[in-house]
Amino acid sequence: MSDPFTTIDQFIKNLLIGLGLEAEVTEVALNIVGAVVLGLLVGATAIILIWAERKLVARIQDRLGPNRVGPYGILQTIADGLKLVTKEVLIPQGADRYVFIMAPLIVVTGVIGIWAVMPLAPGLIGSDINVGLLYVIAVGAIGTLGIMMAGMSSNNKYALLGAFRTVAQMLSYTVPMILALLIPVMLAGSMGMSTIVEAQGSAWFIVLAPLAAIIFFISSIAEVGRAPFDLLEAESEIVAGFHIEYSGIAFGMFFVGEFIHAFTIAALFSVIFLGGWQGPAVESFPLLGLFYFILKTWFMYFVVIWVRSTLPRIRIDQINAFNWKFMTPLALVVFMVTAILDKLAVEAGFNRAAVLLAANAIIVLGTLFLLRAYATSQRRRLEVTERPQVQRSEAASD
Amino acid sequence: MTGPQIIFLAAAAVTLIAAIMVVTVPRLVHAGLWLILSLAGIAVLFIMLDNGFLAVVQVAIYIDAIAILIILAMMLTRAAMSDTEPQINRMWLASAFASLIIMAGLLWIVSQAPAASRGPLVDAEVGLDALGRALVDVDGFILPFEIASVLLVAALVGAILVAMTPARGD
Amino acid sequence: MSLDWLFIGTILVVGAGMAALPIALNMIIGPRKPNKIKSETYECGIETVGEAWVQIKGQYYIFGLIFLIFDIEAVFMFPWAVAYDRLQFYMVLEGVLFILILAGGLVYAWRKGALEWV
Repeated sequence: MSDPFTTIDQFIKNLLIGLGLEAEVTEVALNIVGAVVLGLLVGATAIILIWAERKLVARIQDRLGPNRVGPYGILQTIADGLKLVTKEVLIPQGADRYVFIMAPLIVVTGVIGIWAVMPLAPGLIGSDINVGLLYVIAVGAIGTLGIMMAGMSSNNKYALLGAFRTVAQMLSYTVPMILALLIPVMLAGSMGMSTIVEAQGSAWFIVLAPLAAIIFFISSIAEVGRAPFDLLEAESEIVAGFHIEYSGIAFGMFFVGEFIHAFTIAALFSVIFLGGWQGPAVESFPLLGLFYFILKTWFMYFVVIWVRSTLPRIRIDQINAFNWKFMTPLALVVFMVTAILDKLAVEAGFNRAAVLLAANAIIVLGTLFLLRAYATSQRRRLEVTERPQVQRSEAASD
Repeated sequence: MTGPQIIFLAAAAVTLIAAIMVVTVPRLVHAGLWLILSLAGIAVLFIMLDNGFLAVVQVAIYIDAIAILIILAMMLTRAAMSDTEPQINRMWLASAFASLIIMAGLLWIVSQAPAASRGPLVDAEVGLDALGRALVDVDGFILPFEIASVLLVAALVGAILVAMTPARGD
Repeated sequence: MSLDWLFIGTILVVGAGMAALPIALNMIIGPRKPNKIKSETYECGIETVGEAWVQIKGQYYIFGLIFLIFDIEAVFMFPWAVAYDRLQFYMVLEGVLFILILAGGLVYAWRKGALEWV
């Protein structure tokens, strides 16, 4: 099979060895160069991401969006970046200086680190470790730490409250996410990201496990802290949340981190559930794989923006209840049903996809029925008590 | 010196220095952050041992969960940001003695380990699969596996009982 | 140590560097004129009242703990999921039992009201 990436890799390797480098040194150097290039590419994507999102949100809200700097305002992000770099970064009094500056670095690092295991095309993956998915969970959660550091070091109540909410929200939503991710690992028989993509040759996992896909998508939006889950920075309640005291480029880095993170979950979704680089004719032209991957990722990124600009922000207690009383039980049920039925289906010789789809459909119907019953009972309760219940006063620590 | 040796020495140095900082910095929150750095150093050491799974587990469990839990526990106290408490109390000699004994014990155990276990670990891909099967095999670790689950639930129940006592006025 | 991990280590350093570079650049070319009023912390239109350090509730700790429990569960269950295709049916049931016990813990927390936002 003519694989352009392996060919290029071999070509550069042979070239360097021909120039008198040792084979081992060449391997090490190529890995380092590859990582630097990938990291910079992902970072540079942020420039396009921010522009695209602003433009798209503007269109959805019937505005024009950035349109002054460059054609269609495409250079707006660069102008903004230059401006932010030349602005003063205020460090508030009583702040923990080093922790304060470190926090945005950790947020960005955690996000870019995920791209190391992202399979971009057949044979093109930074590091094909066999624990890829667990690595994604582990590194992706490091951002929580950065946000905690930002909140703790700012010497500001709102920042601290924002950080607390982060802990409650990001940690909570990781629970259904882990449960949902167990299912693709089960289906693929591996945690390696490229193996997961290869296993989707016949059927994408979104067909085999649609509910797991939806749970993963919702919980990862919550993980990024995007609307409707942007309680970490609810302006009307805690001003700007954890980054209230950040200014200039230090604030900009949180912004960049958030945008790349949103793009990263789009990429993860397309790799884990939409078949990554799988697509027609990818065997004969591996370069098409890269195109499919980028196409799927941008489509998912569009969905993320779409969700963001459509849904209103929900309250913190609703977010909490939604996770613990809806998402987590649902994820538990989906996991258990999938594990048992898939095994039974394979042993009895049934069609795997048909059984799993039917199981998912039944779970959806059951969930809708339960939700309906719950809503009815709630409505009846409200009708019996004439006035709405007295609202509890917000506690001091929120 | 080869590359891996340099990385090992750097990781070990970071781990040790961060560990010393944990017990010497005056601020409680800083101690927590240094602890995270120390744990990250250990993750690098796991990678040097060619066991990516343990390294990722180290990050996922210790840095993402336990360290955050420790910081949360600090936030439950009032004095987390102040640095008035002295670093050395009168028990320091006893605790130094205790840690020396523990270290001696660990060194003894390591020196007693059979030579076979000191070499490179088994092929990682096979290892993960074998681990998964051993966990649920009747000839393997089925009982510890299920008891681990019970233990986790016990921890949850205990924490709820402690934290949710109605005695807390708020 | 394999080259895969070298790649990951490098990309982590690159990520940190990419965030550090603009901030460092800002330190060089950005203005730096702090004064007492400018560096005061923000509080809704008034001067900051009291200490910024508010004590949190035990609630947050419980959420953290539930997360920890499911994180540890992941460590057990991911190898199980990797081996899934080669497991016999009773082994699959054992994995489900593991999750079922944890689900029992979650139900307990729910009934005790530990999952309510206070």
